[in-house]
Parts: sequence; structure tokens; C-alpha cells
Amino acid sequence: MKILVCISNVPDTTTKITFTPDNKAFNKAGVQFIINPYDELALTKALELNEAAGGGTVTVIHVGAADTEANLRKALAVGADDAVRIDAEPTDAFFVANEIAAYAKDKGFDIIFTGRESIDYNGGQVGGMIAELLDLPMVNVINSISLQGNAATIERDIDGGREVVSVDTPFVVSAQKELTEPRIPNMRGIMMARSKPLQVIAPAAAEKRTEISQYQAPQSKAGCKFIDAAEAETLIQLLHNEAKVI
Amino acid sequence: MRTDNYQHPDHYLLDELLTEEHKLVRDAVRSWVKKELSPIIEDYAQRAEFPKHILKGLGSIGAFGPSLPVEYGCGGMDQISYGIIMQELERCDSGIRSTASVQGSLVMYPIYKYGSEEQRRKYLPKLASGELMGCFGLTEPDFGSNPGGMVTNFKDMGDHYLLNGAKMWISNAPFADIAVVWAKNEAGKIHGLIVERGMPGFSTPETHGKWSLRASATGELVFDNVKVPKENLLPNVSGLKGPMGCLDSARYGIAWGALGAAMDCYDSAKNYSIERIQFDKPIGGFQLTQKKLAEMLTEITKAQLLTWRLGVLKNEDRASTAQISMAKRNNVEIALQIAREARQIHGGMGITGEYPIMRHMMNLESVVTYEGTHDIHLLITGMDITGISAFR
Repeated sequence: MKILVCISNVPDTTTKITFTPDNKAFNKAGVQFIINPYDELALTKALELNEAAGGGTVTVIHVGAADTEANLRKALAVGADDAVRIDAEPTDAFFVANEIAAYAKDKGFDIIFTGRESIDYNGGQVGGMIAELLDLPMVNVINSISLQGNAATIERDIDGGREVVSVDTPFVVSAQKELTEPRIPNMRGIMMARSKPLQVIAPAAAEKRTEISQYQAPQSKAGCKFIDAAEAETLIQLLHNEAKVI
Repeated sequence: MRTDNYQHPDHYLLDELLTEEHKLVRDAVRSWVKKELSPIIEDYAQRAEFPKHILKGLGSIGAFGPSLPVEYGCGGMDQISYGIIMQELERCDSGIRSTASVQGSLVMYPIYKYGSEEQRRKYLPKLASGELMGCFGLTEPDFGSNPGGMVTNFKDMGDHYLLNGAKMWISNAPFADIAVVWAKNEAGKIHGLIVERGMPGFSTPETHGKWSLRASATGELVFDNVKVPKENLLPNVSGLKGPMGCLDSARYGIAWGALGAAMDCYDSAKNYSIERIQFDKPIGGFQLTQKKLAEMLTEITKAQLLTWRLGVLKNEDRASTAQISMAKRNNVEIALQIAREARQIHGGMGITGEYPIMRHMMNLESVVTYEGTHDIHLLITGMDITGISAFR
């Protein structure tokens, strides 16, 4: 299979999120960026599918500035064959989806993987938009995928159960947690990543359609109070008078 | 044990001295450690058992002989990457780092450096993957700091060598498939021999009752008229410089590793000092706690610089034995001090397995003694200054 995996750069999960003084931008100073964890699962599954089939290629693609290349190099170390960076700020989902679709449209990818959402903005829109722009079927938030020739059998959670979907290549899918375990690069992979191609291409003409006008940090959570089991009366009083929930 | 949220301190922005690849190596090993080692290490240390099931994982991540050439199944990485791997492993536990140090620096390195091409091809790929495990026999019951006095010996019997003697304090011995053994020939010259498990007369009794490196297997190597095939002699070295060359490589890794243990103690103490409330405020708000933390971070920062510079010199093949000695001695010493101060910050919790402090502290009591004792390393520096040996 010829597989394209879309990689997004997100702040490390332990990052303390702050904004610029005018609350118009995320404060990137001192923040460590990682590959979006759902995209890591997508990458690992893409590699597993090709390993099971005994061949194929995995290309990773990312829309972002040069300072994101370390994470593309990591994707190569994990096992991707080549990487593409579209040299532009990923301003909104429509812009990113257009850039990726413009790259992918004449490349003949059998499968395009995204994560179910990025863990920073949680939009979950890029995969669906790519499918629409390329006129491909999409199966969203998948739990498992297996291939028999060009036919894929995909499982996904639905309310109160599970759905089994059949779809022929080419198609777009988005990965969620149950799909696989993320792969940690080994030393040999890191060494080999040095010589794998990382292509930087200029962005296609595309517009962004949304603008973030302001950020607000959530209110800090109140501290927990521990009430001794023997003092149920105090607990009831606090729930009545302080938390006002009963 | 608590969730492992370790983050290394970087007060002087020394990450800027590392390449993206170094950081990727660190990130990869740290992820592996948090996933595979941190959740189990305390339990194995408490039970004084080596977690043998991790060997395959250590092999597949590339922790065995990472700086040896790719053509032998190794990583082909630079010396700083090797150091970082040792640091991330010892950040979790010195015993696990010891297993990787022994395999990479004391077994694979001599086979690569002093072995024949046949020996390299036969052993190195399997040692790199963890399919074969090795140990290193130099120290004897009566010859520790003075290895040149060893009594283990081999005689040329025409079609084989006959090996007799015993080695002590050997990491990995109880489960190792092969041992790189240093012994004297009939002329009193030291040579290296590869002894394989299963050779009649070769046994590896385990050392029990350790209060240190409890998650690492230590044992003896006993040779009772062991017939060693002649092709198992390492052909390209003779004399004490053979084992000493290996020790330079291992001690270099220990300098990085011990600093890892120190940083783990600091990280845990720093977090605990913010969480632990006494007299209505975090104990990190009291001067005596801040003094401890500030001194820890100062020593860690100095050691980070020393170690990074040593890595650069090692990459350029310019790191001297004396320079490696200084870093090993310094880093283990500050790690021990930091472990003790961190233990105090953790109060009573510091003596439990809930936190890694006491395990690090006990482990470091071995690390300060093995691979050249604290005092011998001081005398190596003394000899480097004056040109006069104070230990011979």
C-alpha cells in the first residue's frame, strides 16, 4: 500500500498552557512540541499494515515551519520512508486540509491516515475535509483496520456497540486510541532517519476561513476537601452550603 | 510506585548543546523506560530479582553497543548518544544501566576492538539484539583495585586452552551466555578469552544478600579445568591495557548514568517539596529546603557541563583515562550527596519504595566502588597531575 500519514505538531501533554498578554495567541516560549499522539497511532498502524502485507511505502506529511522538522525526523526514525513538510503556518483546518489535498491529489495514495483530532485545538476536521476535497470515502475514528487486497474491513465504536465498515482503497481514515500502541523509535531507526528524504515544498494557494479572536484560560479548579468518613454531617453541610449541589 | 513524570533539569539551557538526534535518542529511551521499566523496577528491586524479560526490549531499542558499527547489528551512533542512553537507563535504576554497560562496553566493545572478524560476526549481532547476553570477568576475590595481580590462568594444551581460577562481583554472571574473561597465560601475560555457558567446568553461582543493585544479577565465575577452544582467544590485545580499554568505555557511560540517578532524585525532591505542606505552606518555601534544592541543581549543572564536554572529547577520540576518571568520580559522588539530601526532603516517604530515592542511594553505593573505586579514581587524577603513581 502507498500510505500517506498526516502529522500534526502539538504541545507536550505536560505543558503549562499560557497565552500572550493580549490573549490572541498561544505562548510558545519554552514549550516542547511532540507528534500529536493520535497521529503517532496512525503512523504505527500504517507501518503495521505494510509490514503485514510485506511491502509498501509510508509518507508522512506536515504543514508547518522549519522548527517542526525534529518531529518529522522522529516519524522517519519510527519507520516512515519519506517526509514532506509544506512550508506554511497551519492557520486553520481548511487551510491545512487544502494543502495536504493539493499535495496528495495526483500521488495515488491508497490510504490517507489522520489522527481523530489534534490534542491542542481538538478540531477533528482535517481528515474529513481532505476526503471531501479529493472526493474519497472516509471512515472516522476507527478502532481497527485489516486489508485483503484493496478491500479494508474497519471497526469503529458507535453508541452502545460497534460498527464494521467495508471500504475499498483509496480512502481516508482517522485513528483513535484503540487502533494500536505507538511505536518508540530505536537507535537503528534514528540512524537510518538521517538519510531518509525530507522534502520541503512551498504551500499551494489556499485560504484560511476562520480566525481565533481570543483565548481564555479555564478557571483554576478549587482544591479538594477531604472529610473523614465519620463526619458525614459535615459533608452534607458543605454540599448544601458551600458547593450548593444538594 | 507513583506515575513516572520525570523531566530532567536544564538550568543552563544545555539542551542547546545537543543535536536534534541526541534529543530524539533521549526522548526514545525515556519513553521506553517510562513504559517498560518504571512501572516494574521497584517491585523487582524489593524482591532482589533481575527483570529478565526486559532484555529483548533493551536489545530492540538499541541499548546494547549503540556506538559500535551498523554492520555488526549495532547502532553506529556517537559517544554522546551512548552516554544519553546510559543516563536515561540509570535515571530509572543503576542495575539496569549496569546490565547495558556490561553488555555494550565490557563484552561487545572488547570483541569488536580486540576480536577477530569471525568473533565479531559470530557474537556481536546476537549481543546487540539481546539474543545473547554477556558478562566480563576481571575482578577476583583477592584482586580488585589491583587487577594485574590476578591468578586466573590458562595453559596451552595444543588444541585448546585449559582455564582455571575464579572471578567475583560479576554483573550479569548468573544468566550470561558468554563471558569475556581476562586471564594470564603461562608467561604471565594477560589475555581475553570468550567462555561460553555449558563448557564443562564453568559455573556462575549467584551472589545473594545484596543491599545494592538489587534489580541486577551479580555472581561469580568459576573455572575448573575449562577447555576453551583456541579460536575463543581475543587475538588483538595482550596485557592489562586490554581490560583497561574496556573500563574506560564503561566508566564513561557510568559518568553519564550516575548523573541520571542524581537528576531523578532532584526531580522527585523538587516535586515533593511543592506538594508537601507543613505549617500551612509547601516545604519548598522554607529556606533549608531551598538550600538543599539549590545546591543539588548547582552540582547537577556543573556535572552536566563536565559530562557533555567529556562526550565531545570522546567523540573526537581525545578523552583520556584521567579525564574519564574525574567525571566518573565526580558524578557518582554528587549523585550520592544528592540522593541523601533528596531523602531528607522526602521525609519519611523517602525511605519507602513509593519514591525512587532510597533505591538510587543504595545502588550508588555499588557504583561508587565498582569500575575503579572512588579513591583509586582520585589517585588516577593525582598521578595525572604529578606523574607519580600513589597506588603502585
